[in-house]
Amino acid sequence: MVDVVEDERVSDEAFAYTPGLKVKRFMSVHKTRRLPLLGDILVNKGDKVSYDTIVARTEVPGDPELVKATAILGVDANEVRDFVTKKEGDPVKRGEVMGRYRMFFGLINREVTSPINGEIETVSELTGQIIIRPDPVPVEVNAYLPGKIVEVIPKEGVVIETNSAFMQGILGLGGETHGELKVVVESSQDELTADKISEGDRGHILIGGSLITYEAFQKAVEVGVAGLVAGGMNYTDVTRILGEAIGVAITGEEEIGTTLIITEGFGKMNMSSRTFNLLKSFEGSIAAINGATQIRAGVMRPEIIIPHVEIAEETTTEELTAGMQAGTPVRLIRQPYFGSIGTVVSLPVELQKLESGSKVRVMVVKLDDGKEVIVPRANVEIIEE
Amino acid sequence: MASLKKKPEDMAYILVTDVGSTTTKARFFSNESGEWRFVVAGEAPTTVEAPYEDVTMGVQNAVREVEELTGHKILAPDGSGMVVPCEGRVGVDLYCTTSSAGGGLQMMVGGFIQKITAESANRAALGAGAIVMDVFAEDDGRAPYQKIRRIRSLRPDMILVAGGTDGGDKEHVIQLIELIKAADPKPRLGVSYHLPLVYAGNKDVRPSAKDILSENFALEIVDNIRPVLEEENTEPARRAVHELFMEHVMSHAPGYPKLMDWTDIDIMPTPAGEGMAIQLIADRFKKNTIGVGLGGATTNIYSIVDGRFVRSVSANLGMSYSICNVMKESGIENIMRWLPFERDVEDIGRRLSNKMIRPTTIPQTLEELVIEHSVAREALRLGMLHHKSIATRLKGARLGAGILRGSIWDQELAETYIDMMNIDVFAGTGGLLSHAPDRIQSMTILTDAWQPEGVTWLFQDSVFMMPHLGVLSTVYSDAAWNIFDKDCLVRLGTVIAPRGTGSKGTKVMDIEMEMPDGSTLSESLNLGEIKRIKLPEGQMVNAMIHPGRSFDVGLEKGHELEAEIMGGIGGVILDGRGRPMELPVEEGERRGMLRSWFKALELYPEDMIEKLY
Repeated sequence: MVDVVEDERVSDEAFAYTPGLKVKRFMSVHKTRRLPLLGDILVNKGDKVSYDTIVARTEVPGDPELVKATAILGVDANEVRDFVTKKEGDPVKRGEVMGRYRMFFGLINREVTSPINGEIETVSELTGQIIIRPDPVPVEVNAYLPGKIVEVIPKEGVVIETNSAFMQGILGLGGETHGELKVVVESSQDELTADKISEGDRGHILIGGSLITYEAFQKAVEVGVAGLVAGGMNYTDVTRILGEAIGVAITGEEEIGTTLIITEGFGKMNMSSRTFNLLKSFEGSIAAINGATQIRAGVMRPEIIIPHVEIAEETTTEELTAGMQAGTPVRLIRQPYFGSIGTVVSLPVELQKLESGSKVRVMVVKLDDGKEVIVPRANVEIIEE
Repeated sequence: MASLKKKPEDMAYILVTDVGSTTTKARFFSNESGEWRFVVAGEAPTTVEAPYEDVTMGVQNAVREVEELTGHKILAPDGSGMVVPCEGRVGVDLYCTTSSAGGGLQMMVGGFIQKITAESANRAALGAGAIVMDVFAEDDGRAPYQKIRRIRSLRPDMILVAGGTDGGDKEHVIQLIELIKAADPKPRLGVSYHLPLVYAGNKDVRPSAKDILSENFALEIVDNIRPVLEEENTEPARRAVHELFMEHVMSHAPGYPKLMDWTDIDIMPTPAGEGMAIQLIADRFKKNTIGVGLGGATTNIYSIVDGRFVRSVSANLGMSYSICNVMKESGIENIMRWLPFERDVEDIGRRLSNKMIRPTTIPQTLEELVIEHSVAREALRLGMLHHKSIATRLKGARLGAGILRGSIWDQELAETYIDMMNIDVFAGTGGLLSHAPDRIQSMTILTDAWQPEGVTWLFQDSVFMMPHLGVLSTVYSDAAWNIFDKDCLVRLGTVIAPRGTGSKGTKVMDIEMEMPDGSTLSESLNLGEIKRIKLPEGQMVNAMIHPGRSFDVGLEKGHELEAEIMGGIGGVILDGRGRPMELPVEEGERRGMLRSWFKALELYPEDMIEKLY
């Protein structure tokens, strides 16, 4: 696949690579729950919260309505205040008269009424418009995770801390939910098919192996399954689920009836044994999952968080990733070895010519089957311990 | 912002960075016995996002790589930026940067009439290097509540409002301003500051704009973008956008206040720098030029035609993050039509989707490379369609001498003025083009996607540094051009492509070229053929082109043309595939034709690509 590595020099460590997906049994997760606008915080530092605890609340101003009053009344804009009976700050009801134009003892009688319930924000003498602001819409933010409030950001939100197992997927569809974990396949190579889902799975998060089939997705929605997690999905099935091809990987807002998370990529891809075994060991526990993915700027990946009370000798927080060196476990993320797992053997310094003809920095990786291959450094990701 | 520490002519070392959305790229230049040259590049991941949230860390890492490669000390030991000016082997005489991190400059623009003032405002914002999130106008078909909802949901960095000619309509423009105020948009980078808004509409509305907007917005009032229908005056608005970008937007982005302190001149949005570099090519060669930055997330196209500069940005056409959006917008079948081998939809869809979710990976196999090159053709094709929709004649304007050609709303006026026959130069930059293993590949991709007509010179950059040289050209144009010419611009060669179609086998052209060794090379092409002639970089030769009776190379059908042909790494492509070029519909015939073209151009190693057939 590549020319022979002639230069013997190697790097001790490399930093230019794709950060890996986290798969951790113990992690102190800090989750910030933020309001879209400033508002009220309903909990205090040190409070214990559960999945559905409302931690913050605000009111989002409604979308204003613009009424062209002078056009309706048939008067000039600069005369608007002579005919409009309401002023800024007055409350109005839907259908309520805001202004009136009467001539010839009522033979001509034009009225302008409010299309909504709300408050007069502006009566413009420049344009003759009345702007009515509707009643605000309450917005609440729940805890999403059980845990302890460790920080209150005044008027903005809170930070919740919880000890948990933490796993990232590669792409998700659908938003936040929680449910009991249930593994419905024997191994990480098995597909999650419709026949593996039953009525009793309502509200559960089902774990499959290599592929979520379209029929399994349909059955999950029918039954009311909270979420599905597996290694991969077919490109054409994702298109069918969304009703259109996926364009840019910014997801999480889809309303598709359940939350989907794939851990490896598109196509039939065995879930990494590490992820599969970890999920299996927590079967029966409650997990919080979120399919929201944003690959550009921020690199938000879908997540599976399983709060638990097991205490590791050293519970780690989300640390900065260290470099890659000989012995680092890696996953190959591009053809011709896509999905293979191995360990770094060496990091040659000199650029190497690939089959494609490109000259790039490479690494030698020993695959799990013992074979040594040379791949571009850009085409591996660290499996984070 | 500080000022220059030395006069340009006294400078010895210059450092320029580009803080991109994923990578920060440092370029180090030096004055070697009177001539400015590129020395070395250093790159590091951008650190705008958590957990770093300070762009200067990525800048320092990239500069540290330059230091390691050159032994030249640049960073101040106390972490306060660069040592400026330089003394001996320590420091640089000028440091400047461009930036597109954190999504670049995201704007909304508005005008009274969609095809007139809103379109001019759109061109001004794009010209300033912005990504335009939405264009709203009185006649855009949306109800006021829909526009308000949209404005509130987008959270732009800045708004540009135009509307009305000077002395023209006031009421509708004020309505637009009232609508924006009612929407009460919040800036993207936090709720603690006022959203910048540039007003560039009817001058009679300025007092009202001030009354209505100044309390809730950082308002800047500039000259009308369309003082009369026949004139478009985007420069004051573009300048105001730049100033507000620095003053209000950049100063709230993570680490930027510090970076602004370090630089000797204002930070410039990356596309604005890139645009200046393309402008430099057009100015120096005095030719109509189209340039493209084909990136991972976006495609920027710049045209300079008869002195008029226009930029378009297709925010979701790109080769990594946005690769699936190219597939979605073009249709997967349009990508697959460029493949010389048979694959199914699921296979191609899966590969491209996997590239989208792991955007930094690169093709290791030839098969994967050929697939990505097919996507690039479609991204460029779609980007050019978008560009043509912006590079249009001024709508609403009366044509010369006050004579109206039909109605002033005549749709004929809406057509683009971009005519490939009048474009003399293509220039490309961006990862896929720069990293193509063989330059003939990028030359062919540009040719297939944009279908140049007549005689066109093609260039690309060697190492990504067009934005760097663009920002440098604002203070030191001669140094920027020297580096550009010597170290950045790679001459790909010339494409000669007659316009016209006919039946298979029709004569397209005969050509005689005076070769550098004094010999005359004669070639003849029939419809459907393509040939490649080797003519090295640095060689300029004359050619006499005799188009067939139904073909045109710039002087009407059948008229011969004498032209100057530029050599390059790819040489000269004689393109007899006709214009517009059409691929056969029948699958087998299409693949056969692609294979013959690829072979004629020596596009990929023959022994290896045959294994994929």
